[in-house]
Amino acid sequence: MRFDQPTAPHARPLVSVPIVMRRVLLALAPAALCHTWYFGPGLLVNFALTAVAALLTEAAVLRLRGRNTRYALRDGSALVTAALLSFALPPFVPFWIPLIGGAIAITLAKQLYGGLGKNLFNPAMVGYVFLIVSFPVEMTQWLPPRMGDLDYRPLSVAEHVGYVFTGGMPLGLDVDAVTRATPLDLVKEGLRTGRPFAEIRGNSLFGDFGGRGWEWVANFIALGGLYLLYAGTIRWHIPTTFLAGLLLPATVLYLIDPAGFASPGFHLFSGGTMLGAFFIATEPVSAAGTDRGRLIYGAGIGLLVYAIRTWGTYPDGVAFSVLLMNGAVPLINRYTRPRIYGQR
Amino acid sequence: MVDYVFERHLSGGILLPANKSSSTLLPIRRGFVPTKLVLALHQHRGNPAKPVVKVGDRVLKGETVATSAAAPSAAVHAGSSGWVRAIEERPVLGGNGVQPSLCIVIETDGRDERAPLEKAAAWPTAASAQREAIRAGGIVGLGGAVYPTADKLATPVSCKTLIVNGAECEPYISCDDMLMRENAAEIVAGALFLTDVLEAPRCIIAIERDKPQAMEAIEAAARSVDDSRLKLAEVPTIYPAGGEKQLVELLTGDEVPSGRYPGEFGYICQNVGTAFAVQRLRAAHEPLSSRIVTVTGGGVRTPQNVEAPIGTPIAELIALCGGYNDGVVRLIAGGSMMGYALPDDDTPLTKATNCIVAALAEEVRTDTHEWPCIRCADCAMVCPSRLLPQDLLVAATMSDHGALATLGLQDCIECGCCDVICPSHIMLTERFRIAKRAVAAREHIPVTPPGQD
Repeated sequence: MRFDQPTAPHARPLVSVPIVMRRVLLALAPAALCHTWYFGPGLLVNFALTAVAALLTEAAVLRLRGRNTRYALRDGSALVTAALLSFALPPFVPFWIPLIGGAIAITLAKQLYGGLGKNLFNPAMVGYVFLIVSFPVEMTQWLPPRMGDLDYRPLSVAEHVGYVFTGGMPLGLDVDAVTRATPLDLVKEGLRTGRPFAEIRGNSLFGDFGGRGWEWVANFIALGGLYLLYAGTIRWHIPTTFLAGLLLPATVLYLIDPAGFASPGFHLFSGGTMLGAFFIATEPVSAAGTDRGRLIYGAGIGLLVYAIRTWGTYPDGVAFSVLLMNGAVPLINRYTRPRIYGQR
Repeated sequence: MVDYVFERHLSGGILLPANKSSSTLLPIRRGFVPTKLVLALHQHRGNPAKPVVKVGDRVLKGETVATSAAAPSAAVHAGSSGWVRAIEERPVLGGNGVQPSLCIVIETDGRDERAPLEKAAAWPTAASAQREAIRAGGIVGLGGAVYPTADKLATPVSCKTLIVNGAECEPYISCDDMLMRENAAEIVAGALFLTDVLEAPRCIIAIERDKPQAMEAIEAAARSVDDSRLKLAEVPTIYPAGGEKQLVELLTGDEVPSGRYPGEFGYICQNVGTAFAVQRLRAAHEPLSSRIVTVTGGGVRTPQNVEAPIGTPIAELIALCGGYNDGVVRLIAGGSMMGYALPDDDTPLTKATNCIVAALAEEVRTDTHEWPCIRCADCAMVCPSRLLPQDLLVAATMSDHGALATLGLQDCIECGCCDVICPSHIMLTERFRIAKRAVAAREHIPVTPPGQD
């Protein structure tokens, strides 16, 4: 009797790339439902369009590179990029926004660097930054959350999808009539004009901590993040220092001047904080690779998010902060190598 | 009163399915006499033994068939009575895989006749004479490294702690567990004897937490001898807690520097099987001519531990355990993490063979697809040497010898943790083995990056 003779170890690997990607998508599912409840079908439409664009461009570039598409298209990584990007997009955008975003994320940030595992920058965030810089008007068309504005006439699903694909609006309405500023926009603009934070928060778009609806989406994203921690798909280092890096200056400055600075609770439950801490900054390829490095990397992103939100021109800063720290990763990795066993 | 030593820190490691329950249902099967014995002369580290029998000789159980060469070396003994039929090259699993090796082939006569005890001299009292007796008794490290015990006991510095290793962290292997359950008193006596030979102030018997019956037996034996030098340690069930350097770190907090041996720093590690063999030699004048081997896996009908003579053909061991089940695809000498896949079952049991796994396809990795590295660094999380396998992989594919040295390629203990945790299924350990060989030969490293298909 003859047997096969591969080398050790013989034990089967415990997880696989497709399983990891599936877990990330699963972790986002509750937040997606919550988002749909508060903001209508926009997220799901955006996800479908980004996913189509991401998969098609991935297949096309793999062909051009002469690579086999069999495993690369099935690994689920393009779908994760599409899902993260669609969470970052406003729910009410014309169809070409998610299509361009998905295509740019995959080609510019991923395949041009060599595909899965080679990207220096987070693909979803590259796609997002490309869009917000190129199409600032469309990228700020947020809808108010359900019950967030009593004067607001909610759009039906047909009206919403009709606008996305044709640009047509129901009779008597224009785009400006249905979109609203986000709580982050209101806080940035309000504080800039000298209104106290407590007064700005009086707007009906605000909930207990962040924006009404937004804060619940953030809760569900955090829940998904806790699941990923439990499953071992991500580790605690980056989310912890990300949140600490954001909340530490937020708390200190809020305690010093509660009128002039947004509260730490607002920062925690607004914008891309939770998505950034648990899903974006933890993207392994573009994150730091050592435990100590990840503490530094996460803290750097958190601090930059606070700085951009407070003193920058953009209302949120997760995408820029992640990309800036992505650029610092090779340096961080180099100086945070663990001491090898038995070496001094 | 039995003292416990509390665990310190262990870097990395991984919790693996143990796969040990099926082989621990039956007691150790003893008294097995195979039809033939194939005794390799080189079944320990160091210099091969020199044959002292010739073709046609009748040998008895326990008789020396090859004496020790210059140190490090150890003698080889017949495990049963019979006739020397050949002294020739046979394929044997050694340090470099299965290779032709000079063997003494004995056809057993089934009488299992023991060499008369008068032949054994009285046990000496001087330490050097005791070491020579251990060498002549054929005793080598039975944890798998098979370094001659006599040479390991000749330490350059005085021994601070003797660690008797009953951790047995690797999946499938249960021979130490069963031996501790059934022969705890001899193990404790052997451990204390080794403590005497080393003049060590303390001896720690370390057992993984997943072996409560073994711990209970050892604790009872330790309580009855009541020696203050003897300590017990319950170590966490994590692979590779039983690695020599890992166990030193776990029990003492000390780290053995790169490229050095624990013995150079006052720590001597001996496997529980070795302690048992030493005690048998000292108390009953029985040389090491058999060992406990776990025969297990989904591919064997009745998994169990067998006390088998060294040189037993593996095919006979499998037959003793009921033969193969349908669908067996791999035969592993050792466990599923560091074991060697045998080409066939014609090779003999050596002193190093602690386990034979006859594995079904679903028990072992058969798919060789690799995705590209996604730099998750889970490999770094589990590496017991605190290396960065993802960076070593890049350095190896670029044949960057300098970076490999900086990143500590030589400190890789080839435990396989990184392979098993890798979501991209990258065969890191094998690439590191190839890289080590190429670095030693100062050659280009023939390693390809993963995910090129």
